[in-house]
Amino acid sequence: MVAHLLRLKLTLLRNGLRRSPWQLVGMAFAGLYALGLVATLVLVLVLLRRADHELVQTAVVLGGAAAILGWGIIPVVASATDMTLDPARFTTFAIPMKQMLAGLALGGLIGIPGLATTLVALSTVVTWSRGVLPALAALIGAVLGVLTCIVLSKVVTTATASLAASRRFKDVSAIAFMVPLVLLGPIVAGVGRGISASAGFLPEFAQTVSWTPLGAPWAIAGDLDAGQPGQAALKLMISVAVLAGLAWCWKLLLERALVNPPYSGSGKRKGGKLGLFGLLPAVPAGAVMARSLTYWIRDPRYSGSLIVVPLLPVLLVFQGSQTGDFGTLAALAPLTAFILAWSISADVSYDNTAFALHLASGVRGVDDRLGRALACLAFALPVVLVFAIGHSAVSSDWAPLPGQLGLSLGILFTGVGLSSVVSARYTVAVPLPGDSPFKKPPGNVGQTLAVQFAGMGILFVLVLPEAALLVAQLVTGNSLFGWLNLAAGLLLGLGLLVAGVKLGGKWLDARGPELLAQVTVNR
Amino acid sequence: MTAQQPGPAGPDGPVAALSIRGLAKRFGQKIAVDGLSLEVPAGSFFGIVGPNGAGKTTTLSMATGLLRPDFGTAVVHGVDVWARPLEAKRLMGILPDGVRLFDRLTGEQLVTYAGLLRGMDKDVVASRVGELLAALDLAQDAGTLVVDYSAGMTKKIALASALIHAPRLLVLDEPFEAVDPVSASNIRSILDSYVASGGTVIVSSHVMDLVQRMCDHVAVVAAGRLLAAGTVDEVRAGASLEDRFVQLVGGRSRTEGLKWLRTF
Repeated sequence: MVAHLLRLKLTLLRNGLRRSPWQLVGMAFAGLYALGLVATLVLVLVLLRRADHELVQTAVVLGGAAAILGWGIIPVVASATDMTLDPARFTTFAIPMKQMLAGLALGGLIGIPGLATTLVALSTVVTWSRGVLPALAALIGAVLGVLTCIVLSKVVTTATASLAASRRFKDVSAIAFMVPLVLLGPIVAGVGRGISASAGFLPEFAQTVSWTPLGAPWAIAGDLDAGQPGQAALKLMISVAVLAGLAWCWKLLLERALVNPPYSGSGKRKGGKLGLFGLLPAVPAGAVMARSLTYWIRDPRYSGSLIVVPLLPVLLVFQGSQTGDFGTLAALAPLTAFILAWSISADVSYDNTAFALHLASGVRGVDDRLGRALACLAFALPVVLVFAIGHSAVSSDWAPLPGQLGLSLGILFTGVGLSSVVSARYTVAVPLPGDSPFKKPPGNVGQTLAVQFAGMGILFVLVLPEAALLVAQLVTGNSLFGWLNLAAGLLLGLGLLVAGVKLGGKWLDARGPELLAQVTVNR
Repeated sequence: MTAQQPGPAGPDGPVAALSIRGLAKRFGQKIAVDGLSLEVPAGSFFGIVGPNGAGKTTTLSMATGLLRPDFGTAVVHGVDVWARPLEAKRLMGILPDGVRLFDRLTGEQLVTYAGLLRGMDKDVVASRVGELLAALDLAQDAGTLVVDYSAGMTKKIALASALIHAPRLLVLDEPFEAVDPVSASNIRSILDSYVASGGTVIVSSHVMDLVQRMCDHVAVVAAGRLLAAGTVDEVRAGASLEDRFVQLVGGRSRTEGLKWLRTF
């Protein structure tokens, strides 16, 4: 039975790859990345064989503890658990619980994260091959450690299954996860500084961690090597007890989950609140605008990119504080304009087959395009204006403002116009409606990259006039170029916006059914 | 295109509600619809039945302007769907099968959106939305997001979106799937009175019993071809529609080994 579950997992993996060669390419890239990471870690662990005992023990224990912690936290927060062997799908099969647990646990090892963790954990055997006993203890510790990782992640995902199935939790966790991801640079820098400041404290910390479930399995070999068999035995007992306890919890949770499927319903709510549909003009373009704006707020795939906007100044200020040069802050408004304008270039791909409603209603392409463009501009325009004016206010230097505004507005208007054309003709691979923004989207990765790069290249060419005027102002210091830039940004940008909406609308009228067929492929 | 045996029953009105001529569509190697022709008389309650993968959804998608056919034409009340799409779509209300909805809107917002997209007046939309939601037992959940609806409620809200602009022709792909019996009979009485007042309804379904009781005309489709069409009584020729269907489509197919089932 265990073998069957493992074979099922392998088959699912293979068939997933067979669906399209691009899946294979994606997997190959992920594999290469993991391989590089694993190779580095293995090399470090092999080299540590000759290092000082305390250093090795500290590194192995803290690294191992981080791995267990990661396996426990990441699946929940990223709502990106590998659900190919979702226990809920076995509900109707009378599989003995023990074999099912074993099969699911071993199945968890198949896949890039499982293999990587196993390989790195096993190389601690090399690190501790300073004697037969420590090496043997390292092997036992590695097996216990890896199993703890897997079982812990299963316990956590099973326990939170009903939570994770609720749409509200998924939405919130996806957006919340965005914040540390965007601020990764500052966070890593801060942690690094903290560690280097308290280097002397680390071995002591590792010593404490080694008595906790997180560190115990990784410390057994080190303790034996240091000639403390008593401590090693105690930690072995801790690890085994923890693993057994976790397995028992998992069994209980799974038994309960199998007969109580996650319930994700929510309370009834009466109508009467039309929201933006009641506020905006009751014409097709206004309705599309209201719908798009509602999605910017309610759909985590959109609001995830909205949450990045307030974090951008934080990032740039942090970067400035590192280098002491706040010049990059000048890029804030143009960068924000670019990100927001480009974010609607995949609008129809985000709609997925819901786009059929537009097609079935016979909405004119121009109305469709105009509504989406206005929805984006409704918040992008104020944000860009605030960022540009705010930059001048903070640096109390108002001379560059017209040029700044010219470039930013030029990028914003031109970008929205270009996006209107791009999303009317090309689809890209995006997470499906209801999926986490971090989930690997199905579909053609190659076309996605081609559309994105070609689109950005064209945008760059289209805003060259504004960029050239900005350079001219910087070189000559003549403020006339700044005012010219503002005029160019407004006139040229708005002209291209109108042209983009019209051309996009025309293409949409001509090729609506083909566009729907393209998004139907990835549903 | 091949000549089809028993041709569709002659339309009694001067202009058919929907007239399909030689529609064909190929997906890669697979021919999904193979030169299908069909006349749907105005004012009829028309059922399209066929086994899974018969090409029902593909045919209806091509007839409603959602999928461009490789060959053939579709004409709605004298308007060519593929030559004058915007005009034709004004005449039709469509409930497609297997497409998503804008499900981050509330039920009320979604139906309102469908009305406004068609350029309808705000007040008319508001009053019709209220009536539709009440008629389909959705008034209590009008403010709930569609993503939190059950399968049957989702079907009903999609139906409401198709009805909002009072179309002359309703094309409903699997409208009763997952819908509870009470709502199903409500929907049936809505559709019955709609047909009685001169509208035309086309439904596709697997449920023969339902089609036999509900529809006055029926077409049997299999493997992308039309096997029989006409009034329900003509097609079933004395037998029950289900027996006649199995006879036309060609009996039961044998099942494969399913070896993995025996490994316990």
